[in-house]
Amino acid sequence: MKPLLALFRRDMQIARRIGGSATLGVVFFLVLVSIVPFAVGPDPNLLARIGPAMLWIAALLATLLGLDRLFQADAEDGSLDLFCLGETPLELVVAAKCAAHWVATGLPLALAAPFLGLMLQQEAAALAGVTVTLLAGTPALTLIGAIGAAATVTLRRGGLLMALLVLPLTIPVLIFGVAAAEAAAGGTVPFSAPFSILCAISLASLALCPFAAAAALRHVGE
Amino acid sequence: MTNASAHPHAARHSLRLRVDHLCVDRGGRRVLSNLSLSVASSEALVVTGRNGVGKSTLLRAVAGLLPKAEGAIELDGAESGELCVLAHYLAHVDGLKAALTVEENLDFWARFLGGDDETPKPTTIADALSRVGLAHVAQAPVAILSAGQKRRVALARLLVAWRPLWLLDEPSSALDLASRERLARIVAEHRACGGMIVVAAHEPLGLADARELSLEGAT
Repeated sequence: MKPLLALFRRDMQIARRIGGSATLGVVFFLVLVSIVPFAVGPDPNLLARIGPAMLWIAALLATLLGLDRLFQADAEDGSLDLFCLGETPLELVVAAKCAAHWVATGLPLALAAPFLGLMLQQEAAALAGVTVTLLAGTPALTLIGAIGAAATVTLRRGGLLMALLVLPLTIPVLIFGVAAAEAAAGGTVPFSAPFSILCAISLASLALCPFAAAAALRHVGE
Repeated sequence: MTNASAHPHAARHSLRLRVDHLCVDRGGRRVLSNLSLSVASSEALVVTGRNGVGKSTLLRAVAGLLPKAEGAIELDGAESGELCVLAHYLAHVDGLKAALTVEENLDFWARFLGGDDETPKPTTIADALSRVGLAHVAQAPVAILSAGQKRRVALARLLVAWRPLWLLDEPSSALDLASRERLARIVAEHRACGGMIVVAAHEPLGLADARELSLEGAT
């Protein structure tokens, strides 16, 4: 556990010190959400209806922002070689790095969502629904993104390719995240059904994605 | 300062690194073919040869970062079969985060490489920094250090977690004369503790009775 805690703490320190990922992600989220009313018009009913979906799409794009550097920075300065060498399994290293990345970017997005939801005419129940579904769903986005980040780690401009690889894989998360958020706002579907599937996707990602990302990273040095 | 007798791990048992008929391919080309070498405790092996001859490839292969096409790499006398966890690898890059201070970088590597067991740290971070002559920059961010100073911080990483085998790739690059003498002293102290060193170098490192392996290059 000690090496993993040390890694988590180091990544948190870097995220805080560069001032990058956490604040930048939230600002990007804010910009995306605030341009929606300009694009679709200031009709309150329309905004209230598409709000959960807009918040989820914005959160998805904001999560991808900066995810390409998840392993790239370590590959460039040689830390990744030392992670591969160490006795700590690379899968756990990946999981610890994802945890730090989620706390630095995914968690602030979920916490900012209710405030941004106010700009999209969301009712209290819908605000709570979006926040809870983002809390449950963004770990899956980070973990799935880690596969893309690991696969494109040696590419100089890997960010776009990573987005192309990752976005199709995140569609199930988006479907059930938005479905659960809309069910919370009222509807025919009970909240628990899509929300349980969303949680299941996050847990399955936690179980599988570190292995896929670690397998991709092992081939980097070769 | 640490000495051989105070070292918690030193000379518990003697080790021997054995590389037999090693062949390594990179990008479809055989870079190393049929290479054999052996390094025992307290020995140093200097690998020399022209650019591109495979010095770094040899070190990466021994560290387990490159797959070997043929041959065997073994550490005789080791309790665990995993060679890589008994080795420090110092590459061309230093493995340091520019945003963190020197002390935070070393603290991370000490904790990460130290593993779960509660063995006492072989060398404290302050001690390691004073041995590379950088005690005065412990609180400075790595971003403001010169290339030679970063190299010395990377050398200090070797001191904060004990590994019997050191694989050093051009450790003296960017180092000034005084720092090279420090490097030679650190290497000598590691060997006095029963450590093994395999170092790729272009220039003499001033190591006492080090053996030399000159790579001629694969055909």
